[in-house]
Amino acid sequence: MNPFDDLALVEEEMAKCMKCGNCQAVCPLYKETLREAAVARGKVQLAYAYLKGELPATHSLAGKLLFCLTCMACVANCPSGVRVDMVVLAARAAMVREKGLPWVKKVIFQGLKRPWLFDTALKTGRRFQSLALRYRPEIQRCNPRFPIGLELRRVLPPLARKTLREEFPEVMQPVKARARAAFFTGCLENYIYTDTGRAVVNVLLANDVEVIIPRDQHCCGIPTLVHGDVPTAREMAASNLQIFQRYNFDYLVVACATCGEAWKHFYPQLLEHSPQGAAARVMAARARDINELLVQLDYRRPAAGLPLKVTYHDPCHLVRGQGISKEPRQILRSIPGLEFREMKNADRCCGNAGSFSLTNYDMSMQVQAHKVAAIKATGVDTVVTSCPACRMQLEDGLAQAGLSPRVLHVVQVLEQAYEKTGVGSRMSEVG
Amino acid sequence: MAGGDFLKELQAVLGPERLLTGTEDRWCYAFDAAAAQPKHLPLAVALPRSTEEVAGIMKLATAYRVPVYPRGSGTNLSGGVIPREDGLVISFVEMNNILELDIENLTATVQPGVVIQELNDAVAPYGLIYPPDPGSVATATMGGSVAESSGGLRGLKYGVTKDYVMGLEVVLADGTVFHCGGKTVKNVSGYDLVKLFCGSEGTLGIMTAITVRLTPAPEARRSMLAVFDRLEGAARTITGIIANKVIPATMEIMDNVTIRTVEAYCHAGLPVEAAAVLLLEVDGIPAVVEKEAAIVERVCRENGGQVRVARDDAERENLWTARRAALPACARLRPTTVLEDATVPRSKIPEMLLALERIARKYNVSIATYGHAGDGNLHPTITCDERDQEEMERVHRAVDEIFHTAIALGGTLSGEHGIGLAKQKYMELEFGASGVAVMQRLKQALDPLGILNPGKLVGPLPVKE
Ligand SMILES: Cc1cc2nc3c(=O)[nH]c(=O)nc-3n(C[C@H](O)[C@H](O)[C@H](O)COP(=O)(O)OP(=O)(O)OC[C@H]3O[C@@H](n4cnc5c(N)ncnc54)[C@H](O)[C@@H]3O)c2cc1C
Ligand code: SF4
Ligand code: SF4
Repeated sequence: MNPFDDLALVEEEMAKCMKCGNCQAVCPLYKETLREAAVARGKVQLAYAYLKGELPATHSLAGKLLFCLTCMACVANCPSGVRVDMVVLAARAAMVREKGLPWVKKVIFQGLKRPWLFDTALKTGRRFQSLALRYRPEIQRCNPRFPIGLELRRVLPPLARKTLREEFPEVMQPVKARARAAFFTGCLENYIYTDTGRAVVNVLLANDVEVIIPRDQHCCGIPTLVHGDVPTAREMAASNLQIFQRYNFDYLVVACATCGEAWKHFYPQLLEHSPQGAAARVMAARARDINELLVQLDYRRPAAGLPLKVTYHDPCHLVRGQGISKEPRQILRSIPGLEFREMKNADRCCGNAGSFSLTNYDMSMQVQAHKVAAIKATGVDTVVTSCPACRMQLEDGLAQAGLSPRVLHVVQVLEQAYEKTGVGSRMSEVG
Repeated sequence: MAGGDFLKELQAVLGPERLLTGTEDRWCYAFDAAAAQPKHLPLAVALPRSTEEVAGIMKLATAYRVPVYPRGSGTNLSGGVIPREDGLVISFVEMNNILELDIENLTATVQPGVVIQELNDAVAPYGLIYPPDPGSVATATMGGSVAESSGGLRGLKYGVTKDYVMGLEVVLADGTVFHCGGKTVKNVSGYDLVKLFCGSEGTLGIMTAITVRLTPAPEARRSMLAVFDRLEGAARTITGIIANKVIPATMEIMDNVTIRTVEAYCHAGLPVEAAAVLLLEVDGIPAVVEKEAAIVERVCRENGGQVRVARDDAERENLWTARRAALPACARLRPTTVLEDATVPRSKIPEMLLALERIARKYNVSIATYGHAGDGNLHPTITCDERDQEEMERVHRAVDEIFHTAIALGGTLSGEHGIGLAKQKYMELEFGASGVAVMQRLKQALDPLGILNPGKLVGPLPVKE
């Protein structure tokens, strides 16, 4: 048993909350709404009341517990160290167990059916495209049971002409490999941001790392987990694990903050008491964010300069979820000619938070406005991050604010620098 | 109980978005930061945006005899915003505009929902500070802090909130709006109503605008940590520094239990064998800081203290980390953290610390004591588990004895956290029956129906039908 199967297992987390309200100072949703139910303190007390039978599972309770970015800003700032994200996820799962998934779907649909959403969406085709694109992979390819597919199918914008996995062979070897990495592409990099995926491959090869892209891999499953659909998430975790177990490699590399959390933390938790538990832990130990891996391997420093003015946005699930914030900055700063400008509150949530931005689009945009303002103040021409979901949110937000900075993944900037330097990938295809 | 008519009329004042009636929403306003207090769902939560709306709410509350519970961020530690009956919580968080910064007169006028830190951020570019700095400065509101007259780490030199409030706009129970005080540095006309409302904990009226005094930010500061292997040494240092005519901005003490707890939690390099440490900071003009720091250092050494002086900002930050870690370290020890606020005359600090050790043994509870030694304001912090009834019994008896001891030493029930629900039963200890009666007469005069935060501070005055 773990918190996803039994809310009582996070009772201690809830009991630890001393209701001090410190989370109010950092919660992006509290900042926008100023409502107690939106801040960690409120959500923890609601989940606790539900556990103790003081509050029944209702649509409005589900709505309150779904209203969370799981950005963990509260966790980082909590004197008692309450794992608010775990409490929220465990409570969502418990309610789905009690009431069934369709019931949660209804709550989500309520959000989706808001007239403003479709109205705005249809009026501005561009925005709608990105909206649909953002979620399409999770919905269609990854998890047909995920509740928000049909509505959007008719207006599907074009995805990448060729998916990343179609584009590359399964195994790519540099001339002389010093390590072997299996690349978990994640949905966004496979279907939409193939440019990021390509950069991962090229940069690894340029650093003499063999790259394997397992064919059958699919969505990490976290979108289902955050909606409390634990069985589906567990199924997807088990399946991905099984697929990756077929290969032989030193590192499992990801370039998405959420996928990284999935492999490092959620899979071992989800599979803890299954026969695959030990394997999940082994894989977790091998999982590396691309920034982390490059620094660990003492990546090749590019010699040629890139005349870019750059700022960096910390994805929540990288900076707080995995404690990675120095590495991407180190990589960026190692590029000659690149001017790095730190933005204010670089680790503040961009408001995407997976499907949160779909069900709460206007709130998501409100949260994002702070990010856009911080970026604007730096006057950079390029915003860099380490997560495709953040990238999508930032592109959307910057475009709507009439700003032009490009948004790239760290690894793409490094790739560009390598290209200028003339560091070839020198790969030979196998298989 | 007030019927649906009350809520219907309220809705007309506020609209549906700013009147919360759903169960889950109400649940989130049934508590505050005070540990081990009861929880009662309010009838509804109102979120006004203007003085007119507040007056409108109070007129309705008076007409329908509905008790109201003013609320800022709900960070108070005395149960001050816990609704006791099916009353109306009025949350001021949406009345959060800074109305005026008057740099010539060094004043700021704010709505009650402005967070203290936001005011500080707004005045910083002018080289000014708003000195009251409770540990909750990043979350607590101006209204809540005026109503509690909260203090903080700089209390010794800079005083508490009531020393900075110059003028107020207040809405009374019946909806009457009135002003008292103003921007003049001197103001002695009439009764000092400003002071009367400071620390009134929402029982006399509702502050809808607050004018406060600002002061120039100190040009320089010097922090140091003094380690003592005997409590007496630390105590003599506290009085010795003042006797040497130095008033530090901060003079914080941590006892052995706190030192060990903090050290286990964050490995700050604190001496776990020490009986106590003092964290001291002097601030002001560089030359004065230099001179005062030397005196402080000397007095510490004379009393057997080993002194570490922060050479730069990074080292200063390091020292402060240890003090700031006191609460989190305690909070992570056990699920429930009962943070008390016993205050004694400065000279009685060693006696109080020894008494706390004795009380901890007597009731077999864990008490970590830290606090603002310079102003005699200690925060004995009991770590426990609210779910363990037997343990909580002991905790409550220990708390009783802590306050009896503080009063016996010539102290007070609260240096900064207020009375609220939690300490209401001790009020007679400090004020005697006649003292409490005076307060009740004031309360009755201003709130004859007893609808403003009933049950708090002066005890329950029944809602009249
Ligand atoms: C971690 C932590 C550290 C703390 N550190 C300190 C400290 O160092 N020093 C200190 O003094 N306190 C401290 N406190 C206590 C608390 O933060 C202060 O009392 C604070 O001023 C309360 O502000 P609030 O906005 O949360 O008010 P609330 O808790 O919401 O309300 C406090 C009181 O004010 C009344 N009230 C609120 N708004 C109004 C209004 N507009 N008109 C009339 N009455 C009103 C309420 O009815 C209640 O009685 C700390 C608390 C925590 C949780
Ligand atoms: S900061 Fe932590 S302990 Fe404090 S109210 Fe928020 S969740 Fe609870
Ligand atoms: S995880 Fe983020 S959005 Fe959710 S309560 Fe914490 S700070 Fe707020």
